[in-house]
Amino acid sequence: MIGNYAEKMSIENNQLLRISTAGSVDDGKSTLIGRLLYDSKSIFEDQLEAIETTTKRKGREGIDLALFTDGLRDEREQGITIDVAYRYFTTPKRKFIIADTPGHIQYTRNMVTGASTANVAIILVDARNGVIEQTRRHSYIASLLQIPHVIVCVNKMDLVDWKEDRFLDIQQQYEGILSKMSIKDVRYIPISALEGDNVVNRSENMSWYQGAPLLHTLETLHISSDLNKIDTRFPVQTIIRPQTDKFHDYRGYAGRLESGILRKGDEVVALPSGFNSRIKSIDTFDGTFEEAFAPMSITITLEDDIDISRGDMIVRKNNQPNQVQEFDAMICWLNSSPARPRGKYTIRHTTNEQKSMITEVVYKMDINSLERNSEATEIKTNDICRIKLKTTKPLMIDEYRDNRATGSFILIDDGTNETVAAGMIIS
Amino acid sequence: MSKYYLNYLEELESEAIFVLREVAAQFRNPVILFSGGKDSIVVTHLARKAFYPAKFPFALMHVDTGHNFPETMEFRDQLIQELGANLIVGSVQEAIDKGRVVEEKGRNASRNVLQITALLDTIESNQIDCAIGGGRRDEEKARAKERFFSHRDDFGQWDPKNQRPELWNLFNGKHFQGEHFRVFPISNWTEMDVWNYILKENIAIPSLYFAHEREVIWRNNSWIPVSEHLNMDERDSPVTKKIRFRTLGDITITGGIESEADTLEKIVEEVAAMRQTERGNRADDKRSESSMEDRKREGYF
Repeated sequence: MIGNYAEKMSIENNQLLRISTAGSVDDGKSTLIGRLLYDSKSIFEDQLEAIETTTKRKGREGIDLALFTDGLRDEREQGITIDVAYRYFTTPKRKFIIADTPGHIQYTRNMVTGASTANVAIILVDARNGVIEQTRRHSYIASLLQIPHVIVCVNKMDLVDWKEDRFLDIQQQYEGILSKMSIKDVRYIPISALEGDNVVNRSENMSWYQGAPLLHTLETLHISSDLNKIDTRFPVQTIIRPQTDKFHDYRGYAGRLESGILRKGDEVVALPSGFNSRIKSIDTFDGTFEEAFAPMSITITLEDDIDISRGDMIVRKNNQPNQVQEFDAMICWLNSSPARPRGKYTIRHTTNEQKSMITEVVYKMDINSLERNSEATEIKTNDICRIKLKTTKPLMIDEYRDNRATGSFILIDDGTNETVAAGMIIS
Repeated sequence: MSKYYLNYLEELESEAIFVLREVAAQFRNPVILFSGGKDSIVVTHLARKAFYPAKFPFALMHVDTGHNFPETMEFRDQLIQELGANLIVGSVQEAIDKGRVVEEKGRNASRNVLQITALLDTIESNQIDCAIGGGRRDEEKARAKERFFSHRDDFGQWDPKNQRPELWNLFNGKHFQGEHFRVFPISNWTEMDVWNYILKENIAIPSLYFAHEREVIWRNNSWIPVSEHLNMDERDSPVTKKIRFRTLGDITITGGIESEADTLEKIVEEVAAMRQTERGNRADDKRSESSMEDRKREGYF
């Protein structure tokens, strides 16, 4: 009975934390993830046996923690991470999803993908090398995608004799690059993924470090306030029309509340039509609610019969997004074919779809040096650029830094149906 | 309501409902791949919630190996009736009879791989443009790379190295004639999440998941149920054990575990203490290190 009660309690207060990591084989990223999974007892016996067998076959001793994160056959054979892989583990305090991505510049698009939904980024710095090009690149992506929290793990402390000086030196180096970015919350932890110091268990080798180990930090990071609770945005996904005897005239708008709060009786406006109404009810399978908040999936009905369809947005009358047809955005080009000059693409923004055209490349970002090249005109795979975009009809947008859901978009090539770019709206 | 955040189970539910509504909006003829297992039951439950109070909008598609647990079939037919949904059956037996596939021979013969042809043939003949599955990324390393919206070419094949990037919650289901999508609304759920959710929502599941007495043989490190479909010889000695199943599939390859868990609460407790992955009892995954990836490339679930 006590066990059941504890289990229920832990679900009740347990939040989901999405982590992104980037790195290549040598950083110890896979070892760190393996260590988190292993020390938090999230690895099953049969997985462990498989890893032991593989480690032995490769002629090595013990268990190679990095093997836990290997996925596709090519990756196992070549010892690299090509794509984004998702890992899951749970502690009594939280459920964690790790988006594990490769760290090399040719995988920028994968890093951007992994970062897009993350609450926290783990940036790995090799204690021997300090802040290098790759550190800047990963941090820039965390900043560009507006990941609310960054944890800088100074790894391989065992190889610098657990020296505090070295750790402080790297912390200072990192603060130097922060000035060029917009990262809200940064923490530093000295660790050794290989030895397990300060990952799950506190390090006995670094008594000078007073902060919490990595797992404890991840478990207690305050994330409830990261979601925008001010600007109510409800993009309509689909219309619910039962047309049954019981729900004869029912017309509900189904969607997920992307930000803010909605209450029964609230004055709202449907965009782009601009018609006003009030929230009549907030419905779910589990009953009718007095209020709803992001990111709940709900169905709402309005007092008035107005024409609303997929792609429209329901917002508060006194807090509306910008309706524009031309805006600036940062994009990451994802496709192997370069952007066509003045090319037309389908833009997908929330549940809305329009045609769009890239009218200008303002600058291209060198994400290693963090310098802008305003001479650039071509957009190729993995490029990060500021562009001007024009759409055939107005979009209901917010700036990405204020609202990740209404500030983001993708571009789709109608010729191939592929997702070719990811965008973050500036203004 | 005093708090303004969702707990992880509520967030996972909201995410899955969002994905299911995107399917309804972006595809013309979507179905739910229904095996009678707990994952497809949870997806079906979520779909019911997503479109309430409207009618259940998807047909259920069952790829039938012919080697079924009778309990699963009974459960399936009852659920179909309750939902008022259409049932589409892709029959492996029919594919064998038509000569589309050749049955494996020998003691460990299995119809598992043969399901791919039956699945793809049924998708094609019914002009299905989206098959919603209960696949989860925590199940298997090839599945860890799977997208929510996963593109299949006109041969039904998955190209894991050339997948569409998936950012934020902007799902791109655009496709050409003849191609289709596989969509996995519970990608981010673990086995534990599924059980906690079944308990929380009190979702009906086949009796096979609860501990019960059954005649079984010990093969490939698990208790395989004795049935008319199982190839047995003098090496096999059937015994009666109290077991339950952690996953449900083809009766010839789905192994049970010894268990006393006969209520949902006890199952949740047992799963929480489990030290083996659930697919450890599935002979289909044990053929090689990349057997799931190979089957998935061909068009498997």
